[in-house]
Amino acid sequence: MARIDVRKTYKLYIGGAFPRSESGHSYEVTDSKGKFVANAALASRKDVRDAVVAARKAAAGWAGRTAYNRGQILYRIAEVMEDRRPQFEEAVRQSEGVTAAVARGQVDAAVDRLVWYAGWADKLAQVIGNANPVAGPFFNHTAPEPTGVVGVLAPQESSLLGLVSVVAPVVVTGNVAVVVSSYERPLPAVTFSEVLATSDVPGGVVNILTGDAATLGPWLAAHMDVNAIDLGGVAGDTELATSLEVAAADNLKRVRRAPAAEPDWAAEPDLSAMTAFVEAKTVWHPIGI
Amino acid sequence: MPTTAPTGPAPGLAAYADVTTSDATLRRFLHGLPGVDQVGAEARAAALGTRSIKTTAKAWALDLAIRMVDLTTLEGQDTPGKVRALASKALRPDPADPSCPSVAAVCVYGDLVGDVKAIVGDAVNVAAVATAFPSGRASMEVKLADTRDAVANGADEIDMVIDRGAFLAGRYLQVFDEIVATREACARADGSHAHLKVIFETGELQTYDNVRRASWLAMLAGADFIKTSTGKVQPAATLPVTLVMLEAVRDFREATGVQIGVKPAGGIRTTKDAIKYLVMVNEIAGDDWLDPDWFRFGASTLLNDLLMQRTKMTTGRYSGPDYFTLD
Amino acid sequence: MAFEYAPAPESRSIVDIKPSYGLFIDGEFVDGRGTSFKTINPATEETLAEVAEASEADVDLAVKAARRAFRGWSRMSGKERAKYLFRIARILQERGRELAVLESIDNGKPIKESRDVDVPIVAAHFFYYAGWADKLDYAGLGPNPQPLGVAGQVIPWNFPLLMLAWKIAPALACGNTVVLKPAETTPLTALLFAEICQQADLPPGVVNIVTGAGSTGQAVVGHPDVDKVAFTGSTDVGKAIARAVAGTDKKVTLELGGKAANIVFDDAPIDQAVEGIVGGIFFNQGHVCCAGSRLLVQESVADEVLSRLKRRMGTLRVGDPLDKNTDIGAINSAEQLARIRELSDIGESEGAERWAPPCDLPSSGFWFPPTIFTGVTQAHRIAREEVFGPVLSVLTFRTPAEAVEKANNTPYGLSAGVWTEKGSRILHMASQLRAGVVWANTFNKFDPASPFGGYKESGYGREGGRQGLAAYLKGADL
Repeated sequence: MARIDVRKTYKLYIGGAFPRSESGHSYEVTDSKGKFVANAALASRKDVRDAVVAARKAAAGWAGRTAYNRGQILYRIAEVMEDRRPQFEEAVRQSEGVTAAVARGQVDAAVDRLVWYAGWADKLAQVIGNANPVAGPFFNHTAPEPTGVVGVLAPQESSLLGLVSVVAPVVVTGNVAVVVSSYERPLPAVTFSEVLATSDVPGGVVNILTGDAATLGPWLAAHMDVNAIDLGGVAGDTELATSLEVAAADNLKRVRRAPAAEPDWAAEPDLSAMTAFVEAKTVWHPIGI
Repeated sequence: MPTTAPTGPAPGLAAYADVTTSDATLRRFLHGLPGVDQVGAEARAAALGTRSIKTTAKAWALDLAIRMVDLTTLEGQDTPGKVRALASKALRPDPADPSCPSVAAVCVYGDLVGDVKAIVGDAVNVAAVATAFPSGRASMEVKLADTRDAVANGADEIDMVIDRGAFLAGRYLQVFDEIVATREACARADGSHAHLKVIFETGELQTYDNVRRASWLAMLAGADFIKTSTGKVQPAATLPVTLVMLEAVRDFREATGVQIGVKPAGGIRTTKDAIKYLVMVNEIAGDDWLDPDWFRFGASTLLNDLLMQRTKMTTGRYSGPDYFTLD
Repeated sequence: MAFEYAPAPESRSIVDIKPSYGLFIDGEFVDGRGTSFKTINPATEETLAEVAEASEADVDLAVKAARRAFRGWSRMSGKERAKYLFRIARILQERGRELAVLESIDNGKPIKESRDVDVPIVAAHFFYYAGWADKLDYAGLGPNPQPLGVAGQVIPWNFPLLMLAWKIAPALACGNTVVLKPAETTPLTALLFAEICQQADLPPGVVNIVTGAGSTGQAVVGHPDVDKVAFTGSTDVGKAIARAVAGTDKKVTLELGGKAANIVFDDAPIDQAVEGIVGGIFFNQGHVCCAGSRLLVQESVADEVLSRLKRRMGTLRVGDPLDKNTDIGAINSAEQLARIRELSDIGESEGAERWAPPCDLPSSGFWFPPTIFTGVTQAHRIAREEVFGPVLSVLTFRTPAEAVEKANNTPYGLSAGVWTEKGSRILHMASQLRAGVVWANTFNKFDPASPFGGYKESGYGREGGRQGLAAYLKGADL
């Protein structure tokens, strides 16, 4: 008789731990053909609240790491992912209904994207910061700093590459993230959170909630202790995106607007995913004897 | 200007007695004074320089500035004839206008004090530079003899130089002791003493932190006045250096109750500059210092510019150098 | 003996204020279709001029003119655009005194500030961005950067001409055209700037000035054909704008309120720190978004700093803005004066101790003496809300960590000051303070090459420097 496999419970990832939803709710996740795969935790507004608290707690420590250290940790995530490629391939194949080869391509691209962003950790400040030649005896320079707690509505379609493409730029710049995964394709995100938990990423730096962006987005957008929000996960839903942007104005969150349609994540990224969530700080000091 | 020494240290000053017991304590004290940010100090001085002093305020300031001038000649070529001419001018800067006040003092080398005194009597003070002016590079005995000689010749005021070498090498107690000794050498037989001005040569001290330290050191040692420069080193007096010294005398009086005078010297040539200094005195130290007893200009060419401006104020037209005496 | 400075008034004969002004649209002054309003001299309450209030239709005309002009302006080579900006910079210098006097009359700020700070930086801003116009490829903002289109710009009354320069210079350098609305209480220098655009032969429609109040501003921001919104003003209005542009493609720069901490450590260069405190809060009557309105002073030196501060405040000269010796001029409007009074009264009723040096205030006009509140805690409203007036709240701290905590304990994050002679502490504090501009051992310094803008509810986007270009180019985001 065949062995009965041990199935995994898919949980949320908050503050470095894997809790079930505070609400006790879960939802059925199916593969692309509608076949039951697993029950995922259905994150509630209180999970959003907890995740923001965890993120805020981690923010200063993560921002205070050296850029080199953050780069090392992002690279470490890539290493651990690489190790688990077959698992991710299967998850992507199942979630997105693509062929194994396409799924493998997505996984490889996701790993490579992490490596690409890892390298930016100690270079972005050099590329977008500068010394300013002011007309007076002052040393004056501008450098980017992390915005803080960033809410990320992850892409709905690209369950892994899309996810990595929006999370990596947020954390490599020193921000912390509260991520709402793809609603229908959440399982690669959960596996990704397991990678994060074993990759030297401090607890709370990335928090991943499986659930509905339309339900959780408003709480995240209106949360007064969230500094910025990436609305990419509601691409195409202009009405929802607009209402989230309106809510985000309550504390003037930096908003990365939702595009009309989900972009091609295989395309080479530019700096915009990082520059959307940094603050230019300018420091003056007199020059004298 | 008080010419007798106080009977003992002022009560406020006694609190600082411990400061000067050793090089180490003095150093600790001087280096514990708040720092001076160069850019900020210069910006403040420049901002005060934009005050606009017009009409009645200007007329008032001109007369005050004239009364504050230490009319100076400190050249190797000075002769009794030259200093007598200068002395006459000091008494009556504008012979055409009897309402023009006399200057505060005539400042010369010690050997020429008698020649000046013969002209000005007690109407104008005579100041003598001493202590191996301008470098201060001589033995202590020589410096003190230089001082006693000038006092014996009748000097009302002694402008001494500090040993900048010792100061910059951190031998603060040596500088302190020299000032104390020079002050003692200013004593006269009748118990009074010549007024002591201590020259820092701020152009050699270089930093405002040093200027602030030198100011406190000299004030603790018994200086009656602190003075920027000999006029022989560039830069001489500047607005920001004077600003730092005015802050020092202000703070010193607040701490000890003892008021000390300030004398910028060298490089102040125009009325416009002189008025900037007066504005600074007014707004930094306060109007208690707006008096020749507490503020002086060490200058020579400044006087004629003040006189020309004064004439412009009274006649309403611009004057020219031909209408004022050379010295 | 007291040194009384005689009055030293700057002559106002250099300015020629017309009885009424229209709108500047498509290179011409035109009558508005709406009503008009009066602009007054806040130092005397005399009416200076009658100014058109642009209606929605007027704003539409202005946007259309800007759209038409955009075609030519954006396609003109950067080299040629640069020359127009250089021309404007030169005319600003040539007419500098006139602009300064007009600014002081309409705004109430002391002539020494309009003359020595505002106008020189205005000209410098145009010079700076003029040079960028043909060098955008080198700005590190991607290859062949493109302008956004029509920029709708709404500016405040505290630095009328300077804020205009911060808005218009980078917009034009990048190839955008603009519709700018100056503040209701201070429209005159913007209208004089329009005349300068004419003198410079700037192509019609590149710069359009629409005067008016809030509704005009809303029309500018909300116009569907505006591609870029740049606003400087209150955080409340900034939030309203952020809501208004939600769901559009409009790029937005918001430069909003602040409640900056000015932190003085016990090893500070104390006399310069006192100057920095005074300049930080009393410059421009405290009508400064980045004003150092919260003094955080280390307890060990609090008494000394306060006594020096009070002595220094005693030398501040409050009065006629056109007197060259005036340090603090008139409060810009009756409304603002009421707000300052209200918050100050609240400060007192909440138990903070109020102090102001004795000073004679003129009988007409809007005036408020330089004021400090001691015994203030983070819980007081005067420590949290932006007063936008010459009112300083004094708080104390014991350790650097406490200073950082208190400084950052605000929804704002525009600027901060640090005073200490210890280099490593400066760098530590600079890195910990959540503010877009940190002045260490200095305060309230501005330069066209230096980016300016806030964290958190102080807004987003930067003005000035290379970062200021990004606000007016497609894709770029710094």
